[in-house]
Amino acid sequence: MLKRIKSLLSTFWRIFRSPSGYLSLGFLTVGGFIGGVLFWGGFNTAMEATNTEAFCISCHEMRSNVYEEIQPTIHFTNRSGVRAVCSDCHVPHDWTDKIARKMQASKEVWGKIFGTINTREKFLEHRLEMASREWRRFEANDSLECRNCHDEDAMDFTRQSPRAAEAHRRGLIEGDDTCITCHKGIAHELPDMAGVEGWE
Amino acid sequence: MRLIAIAIAVLGSSMAVIAAEGELDAMRGNVPLLEERTPEPLYDVENEDLRRVRAYPMQPPTIPHKIDNYQVDLNANRCMSCHSRVQVGESQAPMVSVTHYMDRDGNFLADLSPRRYFCNQCHVPQTDAPPVVDNTFVDIVELLRQPPDTEP
Repeated sequence: MLKRIKSLLSTFWRIFRSPSGYLSLGFLTVGGFIGGVLFWGGFNTAMEATNTEAFCISCHEMRSNVYEEIQPTIHFTNRSGVRAVCSDCHVPHDWTDKIARKMQASKEVWGKIFGTINTREKFLEHRLEMASREWRRFEANDSLECRNCHDEDAMDFTRQSPRAAEAHRRGLIEGDDTCITCHKGIAHELPDMAGVEGWE
Repeated sequence: MRLIAIAIAVLGSSMAVIAAEGELDAMRGNVPLLEERTPEPLYDVENEDLRRVRAYPMQPPTIPHKIDNYQVDLNANRCMSCHSRVQVGESQAPMVSVTHYMDRDGNFLADLSPRRYFCNQCHVPQTDAPPVVDNTFVDIVELLRQPPDTEP
């Protein structure tokens, strides 16, 4: 029995090491192509599935904290019915950046398994740390996820309130502020802001 | 005799109250108590950023902009992220009055006094809703302009 398994494995290994000696080139090319398409399609489909709102709020950590909080805000409830879901703001849209963010998110799987924020108290305890991480990310990529929808070149300042237009001209156009510099806590509640720059 | 007079007086005054209630019903739109009123539409908040005249010198100024979803709680005070002493340079918003930095004994504090923390207790935005009751308020300046012997 053991011998048969061993011989089977060694046959497999021989073919695996140099498949062209056993299988036709046409089979390998076509098979490799189809296999590649299947793998790539499956990989991206699985990754897109982790980008849906349904996936995010399948964990109670997200559903009963941040998802509750976004609902009264303009990004969820508004007159025109355009809605930003979790991944629109928290995952970059370009492929390489998205993969990088998804790899970082493996830490979040760790957190889920070990229950790092599995109660409201633990969540609040970690809130500043988590929020700061997102603020740093937005500052580093010049608020890229905001700009996927809100492009300053496309903003008509004359349609903004005078206060908003002036602040945007001063900070965004002439200064080196980015969206997140001022627009913190627009979709979720803020953590304890004591010691955060601009909120003293 | 006296008892009857008092009873009539009480009855008369309560009748007057009942009669007056019809006029004070404006906020319910004169709909009977047991009927559900069709709610008023949500009126637009004035967002002009233009300061309004105060009706009297001590009046807390009304807010000339939208404050939808502004977080003012234990964690953060969104109003003060523009209107505090250290932020007005960046925001160019008017600084809250110096009284907000004083405790009840008149001592100046480094930061906003806790008793002044919740801005909306005194300061509110305005909407373009039509007034539900008539307002007979007369500015003190108007009163002073009138000749001393006339009734307002």
